Amino acid sequence: MSQANLLDRRRVVASLLAERGESLVVGGLGASTYDMAAAGDHDRNLYLWGAMGGAVMIGLGLALAQPELPVVVITGDGEMLMGMGSLATVGLQQPKNLTIVVLDNEVYGETGGQASHTADNVDLVAVARACGIADSRALATLAETEAFAPGMQDVSSGPRFASIKIDSANAERVLSSRDGGYIINRIRGSLGFGPM
Amino acid sequence: MALETAIEMAPSWPEQIFTILGRFDVRQVPYVPDAGHSQLIERVLGASAMRAVPLTTEEEGVALLAGAWAGGQRGVLLMQSSGVGNCINMFSLTQIFRFPFLTLVTMRGEWGEFNPWQVPMGSSTQAVFELCGIKVLRASHADEVREVVEAAAGQAYNACTPTAVLLSQRLIGAKVFSK
Repeated sequence: MSQANLLDRRRVVASLLAERGESLVVGGLGASTYDMAAAGDHDRNLYLWGAMGGAVMIGLGLALAQPELPVVVITGDGEMLMGMGSLATVGLQQPKNLTIVVLDNEVYGETGGQASHTADNVDLVAVARACGIADSRALATLAETEAFAPGMQDVSSGPRFASIKIDSANAERVLSSRDGGYIINRIRGSLGFGPM
Repeated sequence: MALETAIEMAPSWPEQIFTILGRFDVRQVPYVPDAGHSQLIERVLGASAMRAVPLTTEEEGVALLAGAWAGGQRGVLLMQSSGVGNCINMFSLTQIFRFPFLTLVTMRGEWGEFNPWQVPMGSSTQAVFELCGIKVLRASHADEVREVVEAAAGQAYNACTPTAVLLSQRLIGAKVFSK
């Protein structure tokens, strides 16, 4: 099921991360993690292979711990719906260095393409705004995405939220490491922290 | 000094917990409110070195602490026993990332509980933690809180051994709804 008017997720993520600088990037369970891996492995990529609904909160913990660094969460609509309360928690904390990007294909792509609530009744941009994330927007084109990306580097004007409607076609799986100890200690190492 | 006076002058157990958390450099304190934690939450909210993070559900706190550790900070999750069940899948992160997880849990559903709805989760709280690979310590009396929380913080932060402290309803006092 390919819809010509919707964006290709790999191009979207590649454009978001092309000039990532010092950013710490969290990828939600599922295709978002594959998209991050496809854009290029990085010491500061925190890939999730489980903990569905936790991506935004992991990003918030990182953002509060490293307020001078941009933190970007890239996740899917299903993962975001499971952790929707975390938008309320982010709205309360107002971390200025946190950006949340939802790649919204309106389906649970990993499990057979069942429709998610965003295909019908849920507007995640409105939810995020209502939770107190004033800079919440929908990005409809690749040009808009490219224009949005540099703002993610601004650690003084967040939090911000963007929903990008993407094509629901499943891209080839690009597998990142699944070793949590490796992933988290690599990030800590990049920040100057050792393992236990 | 009379015994009563000595007891009155000793710091309260929530105050002792706050001091221990500070000594272990705990920086992020996610919580879902509970009456038993109210004094500690007030202290955290007033502490410049700690960030209090009110949650909509307890599992958010587990994920927050994983992110905090990735970013170089320690934290502690404050919740009530009824919230432990909300965390089960997210507890996976404690094994996957092997990060220093500490949670302080005020118990309901035991020791003179009035509300039967608290009993099922309260009765399974310890077993749920243990099934999830989290060590459990318990404090039932005010005079043991300090050493139990110190031990828990030590093994959580120094040995990355995920640990829960159950603060008994006997310690906190059963919630009174009627005479």
